[in-house]
Amino acid sequence: MAGKALLDIKGVETYYGNIRALNGVDVSVDEGEIVALIGANGAGKSTLMMTIFGTPRARSGSIVFNGTDITQMPTHEIARLRIAQSPEGRRIFPRMTVMENLQMGASLDNLKYYDEDVEKVFHLFPRLKERIGQRGGTLSGGEQQMLSIGRALMARPKLLLLDEPSLGLAPLIVKQIFDAIRELNRTQGLTVFLVEQNAFGALKLATRGYVMVNGNVTMSGSGAELLANPEIRAAYLEGGRH
Amino acid sequence: MQYFIQQLINGLTLGSIYGLIAIGYTMVYGIIGMINFAHGDIFMIGAFIALIVFLALTSLFYSVPVVIALLIMMIVAMLMTSLYNWTIEKVAYRPLRGSFRLAPLITAIGMSIALSNFVQVTQGPRNKPIPQMVSRVYEIGGISISLKQIIIVVVTAVLLTLFWYLVNKTSLGRAQRACEQDRKMAALLGIDVDRTISITFIMGASLAAVAGTLFLMYYGVVSFSDGFVPGVKAFTAAVLGGIGSLPGAVLGGLLIGFIESMWSAYFSIDYKDVAAFSILAIVLIFLPSGILGRPEVEKV
Repeated sequence: MAGKALLDIKGVETYYGNIRALNGVDVSVDEGEIVALIGANGAGKSTLMMTIFGTPRARSGSIVFNGTDITQMPTHEIARLRIAQSPEGRRIFPRMTVMENLQMGASLDNLKYYDEDVEKVFHLFPRLKERIGQRGGTLSGGEQQMLSIGRALMARPKLLLLDEPSLGLAPLIVKQIFDAIRELNRTQGLTVFLVEQNAFGALKLATRGYVMVNGNVTMSGSGAELLANPEIRAAYLEGGRH
Repeated sequence: MQYFIQQLINGLTLGSIYGLIAIGYTMVYGIIGMINFAHGDIFMIGAFIALIVFLALTSLFYSVPVVIALLIMMIVAMLMTSLYNWTIEKVAYRPLRGSFRLAPLITAIGMSIALSNFVQVTQGPRNKPIPQMVSRVYEIGGISISLKQIIIVVVTAVLLTLFWYLVNKTSLGRAQRACEQDRKMAALLGIDVDRTISITFIMGASLAAVAGTLFLMYYGVVSFSDGFVPGVKAFTAAVLGGIGSLPGAVLGGLLIGFIESMWSAYFSIDYKDVAAFSILAIVLIFLPSGILGRPEVEKV
C-alpha cells in the first residue's frame, strides 16, 4: 500500500441515454494495490470499468490517472497511458488467431517486447501456447478468459482492469487465474482493479474493496474488513448457502 | 475452343478491373458496415486524373516512354483520389458515425451524385478520348492477346499480392482487421480507430485509381458518368464474393468479368448486364452471404 493514488475517480456520473448508471462514484486505486469492486448484476460495475476508458463518457466528475486528467481523453490515448483492460464479455477478436490477439495487445510498443512478454503469458497460461494458431472465436470460455487477460498483460500495463475474470470458469481455473493475479502483483508490483461477482474470492485476493449498489458506492474497506462485515456476508457471500 | 479461350482472356481483363474496385467496397463495408456508393465515382475520378496527367505529359514532353507515362498517371491518380476519398470520409461519413444505419447510406448516394456532377461541370459532359497508348497485339495459336490486357492482368496481380501482404502480415493490416471485428476493443488496446478507418478509405481509393487508369488505357475514353455502371458491377462483385471478404471481392470481380464476356460472346451483348445481375440474384438465393462470405451469426 504505497500511498500515491494511481487512479482517482471522483463524483463520476455516467448515463446510457437518459438512464443514469453511475451516481457520483468515488473510487481510488493506489500504486501496487489490488482493489476489488463487488456488487450485484446491473450495479454499474462494468459501466465504471468502461467509463475509465471514456466509452461511455462520464457526464460529470473527474478521472485522473497517474496525475493526468483522462476524463475527456480519446479512448485509444487512455490506453496509451498504459491502462489495459480485460473487458466484460472478454471481447476476443474472433477471426484472429491466439497469436494475433496477443500481438494486438502488444501493439502499443509495435511488438518490441512481444517475444519476451509472450513467454511470460504462456508461463501463466500454458494452455494458450497449445492454442497459438487457433482462431479466438473457437476457444472455450475459459481459454478466451485467459487470452483476454493475457492480451491485456501484453500491453505492459501500469494498471490492469479486470472485469469478472472468474465469469463462467471452473473453480480450478478461477483459482489459477487469481493465483496469477496475486503473483503479478507481488513480483512485478502490478496494480490491479477488478470487478467481481465472486465476492469471496475477490475480497480474499484484494488489499481493499468497494461495494456498489445501483450505481453508488455504498461501502469500502480493506478486503478482510469487508469479508467480516455481516451485511456483506448476508448480501454477497452467504446468499446461496442457506 | 480458341474462341472460348479468347473470351476467357477478355473476361480476365474486365474482371481484374472490377476486382480492384470491389476491394474498396468490401473493405469499407468490413470496417464500418456501410456501402460507400461514391466509390464508383472515385474510380471515375481516378480515370479523369489519369487523363489529365496524360494530357499534361504529352503536351509538356515531345515523347514519354509508355511505361513511365502509365506509372506517373497511376501514382498521381492514386494520390489525388486518396485525397478525395479521405476528405469524403472525414466530412460526409465520420460525423454520421453512430447515427442510424441509413444516414451514411443516403449521404454516400449524395456524395456519388455530387462527385459525378462536379466532374460534369468542370470537365464537360462529353466523352473524353485519348489516343491509343499501347497498341501491340500478340497472336498465339489463333488467340490474340493485346499488350494492354497483359498490363492490366499483371498490374492487378502485383497490386493484389502487395495488398494481401499489407492486410495479413503488417501491424497496420492487423489493426484494420481488429477494427473490423471489434472497434471498441481495438480502441481499448490503443488503436486509433478513426485513423485506421481513414487509411482504409485511402487504400480503397488507391486501388480504384489504378483501376481507373487501366480503364482509361484499355478503352481510351472516359466520361463523367463512367463511375456508375462499373461501380455497380464492382459492388455486385463484392456482394457475389461475400461482402467483407477480400478474396471474395477479387473472385466476384473475376466471375462478373467472365459472365459478361461469355454472355456477350455466345448470347447477346445487349443483355450482358442482365446476365450478370441475374446470376447475382441466383447465387444470393442459395448462398445469402456470397461465395466466400461468412454468415452473420457467430458464436463468440
